[in-house]
Amino acid sequence: MKDTFLGYRRDNGRVGVRNHVIIMPLDDLSQAAVNAVANNVRDCLPIVHPYGRLQFGADLDLHFRTLIGAGCNPNVAAVIVIGIEKVWTDRVVEGIAKTGKPVAGFGIEQHGDLETIRLASLKAKEFVQYASALQRVECPLTDLWVSCKCGESDTTSGAASCPTVGNAFDKLWAKGLTLLFGETTELTGGENLVAARCETPEIRAKFQYFFDRYAKVVDDHKVDDLCDSQPTKGNIEGGLTTIEEKAMGNIQKIGKKCTVCGCLDKAESPTHPGLWFMDTSSAAAEMITLAAAAGFVVHFFPTGQGNIIGNPIIPVIKLSANPRTVRTMNEHIDLDVSGILRREMNLDQAGDKLLDIMMKTINGRLTNAEALKHQEFVMTRLYESA
Amino acid sequence: MATEYVVHEANDTVGVVVIEGLKGGKEYSGWLMDGDKDLSMTILDDIPIGHKVALKDFNVGDDVIKYGIVIGKVVNPIKKGEHVHVHNLKTKRW
Repeated sequence: MKDTFLGYRRDNGRVGVRNHVIIMPLDDLSQAAVNAVANNVRDCLPIVHPYGRLQFGADLDLHFRTLIGAGCNPNVAAVIVIGIEKVWTDRVVEGIAKTGKPVAGFGIEQHGDLETIRLASLKAKEFVQYASALQRVECPLTDLWVSCKCGESDTTSGAASCPTVGNAFDKLWAKGLTLLFGETTELTGGENLVAARCETPEIRAKFQYFFDRYAKVVDDHKVDDLCDSQPTKGNIEGGLTTIEEKAMGNIQKIGKKCTVCGCLDKAESPTHPGLWFMDTSSAAAEMITLAAAAGFVVHFFPTGQGNIIGNPIIPVIKLSANPRTVRTMNEHIDLDVSGILRREMNLDQAGDKLLDIMMKTINGRLTNAEALKHQEFVMTRLYESA
Repeated sequence: MATEYVVHEANDTVGVVVIEGLKGGKEYSGWLMDGDKDLSMTILDDIPIGHKVALKDFNVGDDVIKYGIVIGKVVNPIKKGEHVHVHNLKTKRW
């Protein structure tokens, strides 16, 4: 594996592997204007979501952290923000502007949709032409931030595709990259193994705090043993029976050598290289959106039964060890590691193949999820709006 | 040799079927991943790909071990070679 890649170095020093101009609504009401601007100007990426009204407290903080983080992501060259109210719109603009990248905000009140769309489209055209002139430059691999999360897991995930990510993570960790895993409830049954991988008692205490906090959410709201939700119907169809079994498969993604250098709340950014834990939902789109908001630029996604997730900001690389999934959903699977279970390929070889695909992806090749326009941007909500 | 089921750790009490359309009532070849050893056993039930097979007899209340750790408790008796899933195994956590 080469120690460099061709990426987009942003003004704040971070390196992206994509060069998106995104059009982002502050709130649910502004989706129509966002879609209209993206329709008017080529190569604009609309990032729509249904939230942003009457949120408060920690939930509102997370809303802003997610939108600002998504805009700050180094895969993004420039950002248009459109909101119904100018003040909250400007709060997102100011957060993104700290990166030095071009960003402009438009409030709809006192202008209406059509005038807003006209002004935002003119700015979007300017941003797209700016972005199209940017060139990829050679960057050290240590500038790369890589996240992982699995989905529609089955027993082949824990036996082969998650350990393949673990093998690749061990290799990237040894080279000094910045890595991320999460999925708090999906560690249940193996949380002591993750705790044991934390580098200091302080980090371990923070991990336990996040784990216990999420466990309380489950305890406070559950009406049964969560069977069909966690594990999902798809997990059960694939042979997974209990959360403990699913968790043990999930944990294979952090390899055998990596140690946990820190724990992050949702959408928080790491401060130095190493393997980071983030407290997240185990739902694929929510977790990857939080990883994008934290600044990760490429994602490993093992699947068993065939989760088809993508993300508008981060290329998602999918791998599967289930031969039926590889055969029936081939257009979604970037890497077939079913050979591990036939003993035709070992984990070390599978990990190297994943890193080969990662190198092609970060140098510009589209993943299956990108080619198929999977752009799920799903914001995590903590509780009801006021 | 063909691998029809896999077992993660030597002390696991369940294995995983990794071929499609496995029919019960005959001997199958397995692979103990930890230590790379060949195994074999008679599987009694038709078991779908990805689903678990019992490597021993279980009584109600017994722990089931996979990856070397407890993944749940038995809620209906299971014989060696039978299908292990939501009908006879439940979480101990939720």
